[in-house]
Amino acid sequence: MVENPLQRTPLHRLHVSLGAKMVPFAGYDMPVQYPSGIMAEHLHTRARAGLFDVSHMGQARLVGAGAAEALERLVPGDIKGLAPGRMRYTLFTNDRGGILDDLMVTQADDHLFLVVNAACKAQDFAHLQRHLGAAAMTPLADRALLALQGPAAAAVLARLAPGAPGLAFMSGAALAVDGVACFVTRSGYTGEDGFELSVPADAAERLARRLLAEPEVMPVGLGARDSLRLEAGLCLYGHDIDETTTVVEADLAWAIQKRRRAEGGFPGAAAIARELAAGAARKRVGIRPEGRAPAREGTEITDDTGATVGRITSGGFGPSADGPVAMGYVAASRAALGSALKLMVRGTPRPARIAPLPFVPHRYHRG
Amino acid sequence: MSTIKYTRDHEWIRIEGDVAVIGITDYAQSQLGDVVYVELPELGRRVEQGKEAAVVESVKAASEVYAPISGEVIAVNDALSGEPGKINGDPQGEGWFLKLRIANPKELDGLMDAKAYAAFVEDLH
Repeated sequence: MVENPLQRTPLHRLHVSLGAKMVPFAGYDMPVQYPSGIMAEHLHTRARAGLFDVSHMGQARLVGAGAAEALERLVPGDIKGLAPGRMRYTLFTNDRGGILDDLMVTQADDHLFLVVNAACKAQDFAHLQRHLGAAAMTPLADRALLALQGPAAAAVLARLAPGAPGLAFMSGAALAVDGVACFVTRSGYTGEDGFELSVPADAAERLARRLLAEPEVMPVGLGARDSLRLEAGLCLYGHDIDETTTVVEADLAWAIQKRRRAEGGFPGAAAIARELAAGAARKRVGIRPEGRAPAREGTEITDDTGATVGRITSGGFGPSADGPVAMGYVAASRAALGSALKLMVRGTPRPARIAPLPFVPHRYHRG
Repeated sequence: MSTIKYTRDHEWIRIEGDVAVIGITDYAQSQLGDVVYVELPELGRRVEQGKEAAVVESVKAASEVYAPISGEVIAVNDALSGEPGKINGDPQGEGWFLKLRIANPKELDGLMDAKAYAAFVEDLH
């Protein structure tokens, strides 16, 4: 089998010079961890600030008359209702109410700014292109994306962009960061306060090094990004959500705003309305294994009689939760908080309970 | 005087008379990253050379630890359940996994000595 060579982000050289362990991820050669290790990187992000390279993700601009209307034909989020500068989490849905990808949409001054998953970006952009009508889409292939996450992120970024701490959670603005023209949003995927910086590729390494020079900031790889988002109860596309999991099953119906529920007009609207009324057959839940053994993705969930009632979709060790944490789907009848389950780990049933999400409280900047 | 040998799966084995102490190498722990959980065999279990003897889990993933030789489990390092980080901090000392009563000393012949193992690890880079 001939494999395509891995792509590199504009920060690849920086990762290698920092001693990162590089792994293939969504077609990119990405840092899974730096020499300090996943545990230290995770805990540092929760205590101070971590810098993540998420340049593999897809960035695009939608411009032109009717861009919001056009996007609303593909997603259940209220895009037309986004006030200038405001940002929203939404989903590309299919006709069955399944999920093609999840994405962030920001209403910038004269365009919509989109960030989609790396593994889905080619198909997402093709999907957009087919349905845009009079609006136009421009993929921003010449931009890197940095995430600065953690309780010290605002104080750090204030030194390079005095306007950044003024941003509310889930909003964005064009800002100069250390003189570089960036689009900055107050968002992220760790459960902490933080920012994502869309940066011209040719300035990305210099800006990343400038941020890493701040005493609070440590480079953080994809390993800790995964444990941070799992503790925060956030879905990873291709694992916790995909084309076969519906928006309602995934417990993401909060992302369908009132007007969109009433009006529909997005793929799967009828299926989702039926499921909202009748309840989904299964539900995404948080799961706490008892004891210390992690239950990984794919682990079978059973009841006391050994009958299968679901499957783990993300699981591992939560450094801040100080124990194993997981998410998965269980039959709706088993989804009540506190319900006892068994997890089949290496052929042995081990006790676990349905637990509230997130495992670690969100600490977003609510202003 | 004890002899230490190594496997291609990055276990070390220290021979003390008819008993072998087993753990994972510094290279193995560095590849795994922070260890958060270990599963050790029950006492009295007979393990076979090359078969799973224990499980070690890092934040990221679970990995098997294979028995470098066959034998009966006569001790396990219970301290690891409370402090699995010992495997990262002192893999060839306090981070030992288990002790076996050696079933067949001839099985030791196929294992690497320290010099051969160092060369083997060097080749992996």
